[in-house]
Amino acid sequence: MKTIVAFLVGLLFGIGLIVAGMSNPAKVLGFLDLAGAWDPSLALVMGAAVAVGMAGFAVARRRKVSLLGEPMQIPASRAIDRPLVIGSALFGIGWGLAGICPGPALTLLGTGAPKGVVFVLAMFAGMALFSLLQRRN
Amino acid sequence: MTIDWANFTPGTALAGGALLGFAAVLLLVFNGRIAGISGIAGGLLQAGARGDKAWRLAFVLGLVAAPVLYRVFAALPEISIEADWLVLVVAGLLVGFGSRYGSGCTSGHGVCGLSRLSPRSLVATLTFMAAGFAAVYVVRHLLA
Repeated sequence: MKTIVAFLVGLLFGIGLIVAGMSNPAKVLGFLDLAGAWDPSLALVMGAAVAVGMAGFAVARRRKVSLLGEPMQIPASRAIDRPLVIGSALFGIGWGLAGICPGPALTLLGTGAPKGVVFVLAMFAGMALFSLLQRRN
Repeated sequence: MTIDWANFTPGTALAGGALLGFAAVLLLVFNGRIAGISGIAGGLLQAGARGDKAWRLAFVLGLVAAPVLYRVFAALPEISIEADWLVLVVAGLLVGFGSRYGSGCTSGHGVCGLSRLSPRSLVATLTFMAAGFAAVYVVRHLLA
């Protein structure tokens, strides 16, 4: 059941990305280009997502188990450390270079765009590198 | 700064954003999980409990299937990838490695983290936004 829910939520999330315009890298770059002709749309995407999320999370986090009986796995770490900042900075540079972050990358894969396929392969390679280094330490 | 009114799409931005927030809440309410795409996808590559992989793969497949389903009902919006192949590979590596090292991306830190008022996610979000703005500035205005 939780696998079916995960698929449906992934689907809904992907539809949301397409409707929002985030599956178009050119639009994302239009938002990140403050010094050019700036398209503020994605600020509204984030605003609406957080507004809905805040209301839902406020209710959901009071639960001890999920509706399907799963443990509520909400991150407990509060550390603002080097991996958080360096990792986020590297991610942001990559995001700015292509206009693609992980969610839209996967929806791009579904459009069959060859450049989307290449980006996703590189992204998984980067993730695999992280897992490899983590296993060594 | 000039506003690009021609490409400003407030209606679909708000509607799409609301869907993203709603999807994140559903995953938490039903599965007890944070809808962080880099964490969910990256978890597929981790050595770990085998029972933990199926839902991750299902979520990823849902994202991949979204444009296929969308196309059944409407024409997909324009998709334009400006970056050339080499830049795409470098960007993909940075996005994959960076989002895992920083424990999240636009969804996990941006949508979910800010929704639950996590200071850690706020720092991450401000950092990747600033880095994204800087990268675009360098590429479009200093190197171009």
